[in-house]
Amino acid sequence: MFKILKKEYLANNIWLMDIEAPRVAKHCQPGQFVIVKMDEEGERIPLTVCDYDREKGTVTIVFQTVGASTMEMAEYEVGESFEDFVGPLGCPSELIEMPLDELKKEKILFVCGGVGTAPVYPQVKWMKEHGVDVDVIIGARTKDILILEDEMRKVAANLYIATDDGSYEFKGNGCDKIKDLYAQGKSYTKVVAIGPMIMMKFVCLLTKEMNIPTIVSMNPIMVDGTGMCGACRLQVGDEIKFACVDGPEFDGHLVDFDQAMKRQAMYKTEEGRAKLKFEEGDTHHGGCGQCH
Amino acid sequence: MEVDVMKRIPVREQDPKVRATNFDEVCLGYNKEEAMAEATRCLQCKNPRCVQGCPVNIDIPGFIKEVGEDNVAGAYKVISKYSALPAVCGRVCPQESQCESMCVRGIKGDAVSIGKLERYVADTAREQGIKPEPATEKKGKKVAVIGSGPAGLTCAGDLAKLGYDVTIFEALHKAGGVLSYGIPEFRLPKDRVVAAEVENVKALGVKIETNVVIGKATTIDELLNDEGFDAVFVGSGAGLPRFMGIPGENANGVFSANEYLTRSNLMKAFDDKYDTPIIAGKKVAVVGGGNVAMDAARTALRLGAEVHIVYRRSEEELPARVEEVHHAKEEGIVFDLLTNPTEILVDENGSVKGMTCIRMELGEPDESGRRRPVEIAGSEFTLDVDTVIMSLGTSPNPLISSTTKGLEINKRKCIIAEEENGQTTKEGVYAGGDAVTGAATVILAMGAGKAAAKGIDEFLSK
Repeated sequence: MFKILKKEYLANNIWLMDIEAPRVAKHCQPGQFVIVKMDEEGERIPLTVCDYDREKGTVTIVFQTVGASTMEMAEYEVGESFEDFVGPLGCPSELIEMPLDELKKEKILFVCGGVGTAPVYPQVKWMKEHGVDVDVIIGARTKDILILEDEMRKVAANLYIATDDGSYEFKGNGCDKIKDLYAQGKSYTKVVAIGPMIMMKFVCLLTKEMNIPTIVSMNPIMVDGTGMCGACRLQVGDEIKFACVDGPEFDGHLVDFDQAMKRQAMYKTEEGRAKLKFEEGDTHHGGCGQCH
Repeated sequence: MEVDVMKRIPVREQDPKVRATNFDEVCLGYNKEEAMAEATRCLQCKNPRCVQGCPVNIDIPGFIKEVGEDNVAGAYKVISKYSALPAVCGRVCPQESQCESMCVRGIKGDAVSIGKLERYVADTAREQGIKPEPATEKKGKKVAVIGSGPAGLTCAGDLAKLGYDVTIFEALHKAGGVLSYGIPEFRLPKDRVVAAEVENVKALGVKIETNVVIGKATTIDELLNDEGFDAVFVGSGAGLPRFMGIPGENANGVFSANEYLTRSNLMKAFDDKYDTPIIAGKKVAVVGGGNVAMDAARTALRLGAEVHIVYRRSEEELPARVEEVHHAKEEGIVFDLLTNPTEILVDENGSVKGMTCIRMELGEPDESGRRRPVEIAGSEFTLDVDTVIMSLGTSPNPLISSTTKGLEINKRKCIIAEEENGQTTKEGVYAGGDAVTGAATVILAMGAGKAAAKGIDEFLSK
């Protein structure tokens, strides 16, 4: 069993939890993920690692309630435990695997949005700890749904916030802010974009035009997460790649985002039904003829 | 009970029409009367050929003799000397091509029903609460076993019986490997059989840690250098599913058999109480002809679909066990033989709307000795399906080989290990099962686990 030591509401249905998981905490690296299964009947839910404390043996996860399972997860309280918590899975971020002297020559810009801000945080923190200055853009629809702003400000060389409605700092989305930074004379040798697939797609379209190598972190549907089921397959260039063992990071200019977005929607009907069942009780079992 | 020595006692099965709609076990097994009657057909050969046909060399006449005398405890004791998983093997071993194929009775009549007798012994022993006995003397040495599938459980069980302190590390949340995630409930009941066999291995003193991915949460080098293990056995199984590389394969509604079966077996998606979804499909094509393809097809059928097996060779070349093919046909699975998919047709939402196939004919034999399937020009047609399950085998998982220095792999990316003792290219590290051979059978994996246990014992006794 894996005990919840801390629980905090961030914003916009996004929750943060510290989980006691010494084996995972000892080995996890920025860029990797874990799989949580709440109880016997639960799904295996892949979640990115937001932070870790090797001494305390804890791993910080951040998740947004999007379906029945994540809604149920948000009802767990400090002191309760998840039945299963496995990781670290996937490959560490390719940047942290680079020789440090070469990494220091790079000018890196992180662009994140929504719950994708969480996996960016440990990477930026790692950069700071290793003396690498990086810039970060957090994009959000509006000021109230920003997460991890204070934490990120402590570790980023420059933190830029872009809000669609202009309620805070720059008005516009992540792409607009990249263009704005270039207009101010900034330039970068690498972009790391993590967030909703639609956001990563547009950042990649822009950076391809601008010729900036771009890494994205993919979060497709997974079952086992250890390289067995193939549910997480993606078209990357000419190849089929498996996000759980080959990723989750890929060259964003090669990922087929349109296909990935369609695949991500595969269980939407089932998820919607399960969510209704969770919210309103056992009344939505299908068969009404309206739900398909 | 009257016995015709030329004919085996038939085994009771669920009616095909009934079982096509449930996940209960198909084969009901022998009762005491039937088992004792079948046991009388064994000739108790002095030089038993059946034993040579068994990858773990169970003393088959020995245990059958005990069954004939209604001594189940005695029979269980005989089998336990050789196998840690008799209830599993009695169900999923291809006996017709192993022990039973060598049976002298089989020359003129039916071979003795060895598999069904083994199953009877294991099931009855469990019902009577008979457990294997742990070793009395301890060796004071620690062995780590990676993976709790048939290879790992066998290796762990054998080493524990020799007095080693054994810990199994399992990546998934449940022990059993392919017995849990791969083989369906209707062929191998999870709680009644798999969990019970795992408990028996634990009763020998074996510890099982689930949710530990070796290669990620810790490495083989750390197990040996920091965690105090004296040897390691790698039984991590097969890995990534293969796809055909035809257009449309990433469409919604195309699954690997591994994914489909994992959702249904391990995650119990067929049961409403469980949260994991599965797309049952209305009309399903399963591409491939092995046991896994039969399992996927029969699972889809039980979830309510019309199911076609699409296989490029003829019935004679189907790699699946005869019994599985027979059961699948009885249940109403359609076999589209000498047929090969060329494209999966996708609608505007990215979902499967059909599959283009081409008819095949058999040409000259290829390297495998089987006649090579050749396309018949102009014979393309569309199969009207909404779900496609690819069951084309797997390639090895890279997690362990890529994180263990000195552990070499061959060009098929399988771990290199000696057949007779499982020794790999790294000292103290042994391997067996699908991780070494590529996808094979439960009993071959058990044989490899057994050989490796012997190899490890010799290594640690030096």
